Amino acid sequence: MSTPPELFRLLDVEKAYDVGRKGGLFASGPRRRLAALDGVRLSLKAGESVAIVGESGSGKTTLLRVLLGLTSPTDGRALYREKDITLLQGDDRDRFCREVAMIYQDARGSLNPRMSILDLVAEPLDHHGLCKPSERRDRVAALLSRVGLPPEMMERYTSALSGGQVRRVAIARALASAPAVLVADEAVSGLDVSTQAQLLKLLRDLQREMGVSMLFITHDLGVAAYLCERIAVMYLGRIVETGLTKDVLSAPAHPYTRALLNAAPKFFEPIAEPLGGEIPSPIDLPPGCRFAGRCPEARDDCRARDPELVAGAPNRAFACLHPLIGEPAFA
Amino acid sequence: MALALARPASAQPETPSAAPAPAPLLTVARLSLSRGEKLILDEVSFTLKRGATLGLVGESGAGKSTIALALIGLLQKPQVGLEGSMALDGSANLVDATEKDWLKLRGRRVSMIFQDASSALNPCFTVGSQLMSPLRRLLGMGPKDARSRAIELLESVGLNDASSRLDAYPHQLSGGMQQRVMIAIALATNPELLLADEPTSALDVTIQAQIVRLILDETQKRGASCIFVLHDLALASQACDEIVVLYGGQVMEAGPSDVLLAEPLHPYTLGLKACVLELDTEELTPLPSGAPSFASRTPGCRFAPRCGNALPKCVDEKPPLETVRGRKLACWNPAA
Ligand SMILES: Nc1ncnc2c1ncn2[C@@H]1O[C@H](COP(=O)(O)OP(=O)(O)OP(=O)(O)O)[C@@H](O)[C@H]1O
Ligand SMILES: Nc1ncnc2c1ncn2[C@@H]1O[C@H](COP(=O)(O)OP(=O)(O)OP(=O)(O)O)[C@@H](O)[C@H]1O
Ligand code: SF4
Ligand code: SF4
Ligand SMILES: [Mg+2]
Ligand SMILES: [Mg+2]
Repeated sequence: MSTPPELFRLLDVEKAYDVGRKGGLFASGPRRRLAALDGVRLSLKAGESVAIVGESGSGKTTLLRVLLGLTSPTDGRALYREKDITLLQGDDRDRFCREVAMIYQDARGSLNPRMSILDLVAEPLDHHGLCKPSERRDRVAALLSRVGLPPEMMERYTSALSGGQVRRVAIARALASAPAVLVADEAVSGLDVSTQAQLLKLLRDLQREMGVSMLFITHDLGVAAYLCERIAVMYLGRIVETGLTKDVLSAPAHPYTRALLNAAPKFFEPIAEPLGGEIPSPIDLPPGCRFAGRCPEARDDCRARDPELVAGAPNRAFACLHPLIGEPAFA
Repeated sequence: MALALARPASAQPETPSAAPAPAPLLTVARLSLSRGEKLILDEVSFTLKRGATLGLVGESGAGKSTIALALIGLLQKPQVGLEGSMALDGSANLVDATEKDWLKLRGRRVSMIFQDASSALNPCFTVGSQLMSPLRRLLGMGPKDARSRAIELLESVGLNDASSRLDAYPHQLSGGMQQRVMIAIALATNPELLLADEPTSALDVTIQAQIVRLILDETQKRGASCIFVLHDLALASQACDEIVVLYGGQVMEAGPSDVLLAEPLHPYTLGLKACVLELDTEELTPLPSGAPSFASRTPGCRFAPRCGNALPKCVDEKPPLETVRGRKLACWNPAA
């Protein structure tokens, strides 16, 4: 059996924003840069699902914008099927648009309220010329039924739908072009547990039946474990730990991963001692490990040396000088 | 006619009462609230002990925030139809309280923390002035005392460099820090009851754990009781002594969280629990979708259209809330 092709590859992607000079607009201090992504390496193979987790401001949405070609890296390369995403043209560009579908967190905001559900779901079909006009309604009905909505829904508008229904419409629309990858930013957050459970089950069925890959941004480790076989934990613009989800969550190597695990609510366990402090500003980072200020394992060398993401075990990489498992990352 | 509202002298937080079975701090009995044709709360009853923590759980629209708002006097007659009773230890029935009565209670005996601290804090005033105003207005402190008390309060909620934070405006603080300031304001006047409506759902998980711990620690220190509105049943099991499960404005099941969540008897509680993702969840069995009808004339159990256990009787007759195996349960055909 041949290995499945790589869909996405990020090669040391950096995305820095210029945030003006210290002291405000007219100050004369040195220009400051904010590295929203700082040397991110990541790959996604066909049929594979990866969860990206991390706190607010860790760079998850920026990563996704780079993957979708909405912003170009300031350094490093972002590839889709081995071609630079921002340079895609002609047939390659069309193929990318057809194969990569996005589900936004703000599903309602991402759908035009003046278009009927029929037109919203059919738009990708029309755009890519994927069906004859005579088949349009049937195709949309089939897509709606795939996400658990009745065909009568076609004539309605998003304003008449509940939050969970709107997300289903967004998923149906994303599925219309038979994509190879679904990219989702917090696609199930902010919903009732019951609606969330229904959508997660739906997404898992889609993975199994259609073999679609997923890149799933979430802050919920339970969601990551349920949907994705691989996980990448981000902190301040870097991936600090990555590996198979079950390995990473059963024995985290990076103290930050452990802190996320401890903070996740668990039935009947006392609330764990929370991680102190907050994620610092990504501007003017101190030297050394960027987690050192909050890390219960930090030692003197952590404040001097910046750990790189290195393989620490098969299928596993972490960026920590004193990891919680296995061989230390550095001799 | 003025209502009796004061704290009972015997129950001041600094005098731990040695009496057996003290009166509950809060008693809510058959509280109903209607807005026009809709019956938003349908005979809600529960009690809360002094120093205990109670969680209101249920899906969106269940009436959790409505209960919290009623308990802080933001839903008053005649704007809404309020019936039944709610009383703090020693007080008269607050269903009849007027705004003038509530001004004596709000901030003094009951305070509230909202989900979205950034919109609950006034963007135009410094943290210090918002924190000192209840101290001066409700406790009659002078400016100097209020200032040093404000600094103590900010320190107690874990804001370092507290004296300089007094001059900060809310937008200069992160979401987690804003929520800490809200907690400091809510606790400033030592209320007996703190209402926290989803205080952490807008925050990161690590900050969420910090804030929930902080609320629990600070209320426990003061002997105050706390009502959490929560979405997450696992978090509710960790944070709350008692749980009230609401659906469509009706109490489905209520009781000690270790009893109720370890062995739910109500089909709705069971369904909610089955929707919670844990790290080792292999398969989810979600509740079917659906939303409750609030029509005031619906006679039966509001959960019936989504319930796998429903009997013909369930649609016609409302199940009474009765004591079953260590909890209160309203169901004609419970699980097990
Ligand atoms: N256009 C921009 N200009 C300047 N800074 C930006 C810009 N976009 C993002 N940032 C900064 O980059 C960092 C990463 O932001 P990003 O939105 O990727 O985080 P995130 O992980 O998606 O967070 P959240 O969970 O809050 O959505 C943040 O510090 C953010 O303030
Ligand atoms: N100002 C209002 N006017 C009319 N109906 C209202 C108003 N506020 C709330 N409701 C209705 O009352 C019911 C209960 O609402 P409530 O906000 O208490 O629910 P909740 O349990 O807090 O839900 P959520 O989890 O979404 O916050 C809902 O059906 C809602 O539509
Ligand atoms: S390198 Fe040091 S400070 Fe950084 S995560 Fe590892 S132990 Fe903590
Ligand atoms: S069995 Fe009947 S009473 Fe019990 S929850 Fe179901 S519908 Fe309601
Ligand atoms: Mg984001
Ligand atoms: Mg609410």
